[in-house]
Amino acid sequence: MRRALAILLVLAVVATAAFWWLSRPELLPDAAFAGLSGDPERGELVFWAAGCASCHAAPGASGEDRLVLVGGRPFETEFGTFVAPNISMDVEDGIGGWSLPEFANAMLRGVAPDGRHYYPAFPYTAYRKATLEDVADLHAFMETLPAAERANDPHDLGFPFNIRRGIGLWKRLAQADGWAVEDELTAEEERGRYLAEALAHCGECHTPRDALGVLDRGRWLAGAPNPSGDGRIPNITPAALDWSQQDIAGYLASGFTPSFDTVGGTMAAVVQSLGNLPREDLDAIAAYLARVRPVE
Amino acid sequence: MSAKRLIASSVAAVILGAAAATAQDVTAAVEARQGQFKLYAFNLGALVPMAQGNVDYDAEVAQAAADNLALLTALDQTRLWPEGSDNAAIDGTRALPVIWEDMAALQARFGELQDAVATLQNAAGEDLDSMRAALGPVGGVCSACHEANRAPE
Repeated sequence: MRRALAILLVLAVVATAAFWWLSRPELLPDAAFAGLSGDPERGELVFWAAGCASCHAAPGASGEDRLVLVGGRPFETEFGTFVAPNISMDVEDGIGGWSLPEFANAMLRGVAPDGRHYYPAFPYTAYRKATLEDVADLHAFMETLPAAERANDPHDLGFPFNIRRGIGLWKRLAQADGWAVEDELTAEEERGRYLAEALAHCGECHTPRDALGVLDRGRWLAGAPNPSGDGRIPNITPAALDWSQQDIAGYLASGFTPSFDTVGGTMAAVVQSLGNLPREDLDAIAAYLARVRPVE
Repeated sequence: MSAKRLIASSVAAVILGAAAATAQDVTAAVEARQGQFKLYAFNLGALVPMAQGNVDYDAEVAQAAADNLALLTALDQTRLWPEGSDNAAIDGTRALPVIWEDMAALQARFGELQDAVATLQNAAGEDLDSMRAALGPVGGVCSACHEANRAPE
């Protein structure tokens, strides 16, 4: 009996150690930042491509107010309610005091400066494919944006999703380093792939997920239930999206569909951001979408 | 049939009849408001391709479309949004129940639309750049309302 207890105790210690080891935060090596300095002008395009304002601007913000990244927008999901944090330049409430390595580890590894994992409502599994140069440029641009006071609200999550350390295990399942579209692409299609798969993180809403919230890459961009309840996020593979490339780029630029309806729902904020990109980039996204595997 | 029962069944018939009429009114209102939005889209369809450079700018066509939009957006909305015509209550609409929590806010959005369209009406016949600059805010008002009040398909 005593022996059995001892074995159980050892097993528990081993399991805890294994959990702790497997769920540890992984950071970028310091050497990666050698000689890197951000260009704020280039960073503005990264900012609009990455859609930062879509989630982190105040709910309902428009125009210049979308550059005030005060957070506060709630996201109701099946795991609980996430609240977008303040990522303005406020030193107390926002990210005003962050170094480039801290910022890059947040964006590319989903790890906070204090070593905790971020919840993947923050699309770092997509941003992971972004270049460090783009992240440095983005950081330089965001340093030009205003500071805004607003203390962060806690997320409202049930067990076991409220255990942050467990996200380390989830990352092992969910993070994929390869591109979803691996075919030989033209330079324009490659640019579109980089924008769509990394920065604009289209797959986060348009690709369905399994029960653990891991993207089903076999049904890349094939549409998914709307995480906030009503209706579906549409299938945008060539099997379902029959718009011309000109239609797609025009929609991303202006919000008008080919039948002159206008963009709505959560896509409205996406278009407000992407509309700031040069037309070549929107054409590139359209060219990439034509190369996505058709899924009914 | 006793008098009491006769009265009761007549009352029931009247109530049921009223309910059926209401359902018809709701359907008619949904169809009418969708028709109005189709007319918006039809007239925007003259302007957007010019703004995007897919069709040559034509001042007369642009002005006529903007004039139509001014007429269309001036329509009184009161009877187009009856209670029970949201997407939780009936099929065939994407209008979210949140609209009925604050009808004054919906009226205010139509006010914003009228303002943006008035600017467009002044600009549409001027030249392409003026029309394009005034068209963006119109799309912005449409999109802001769709963002808050319309479910995805």
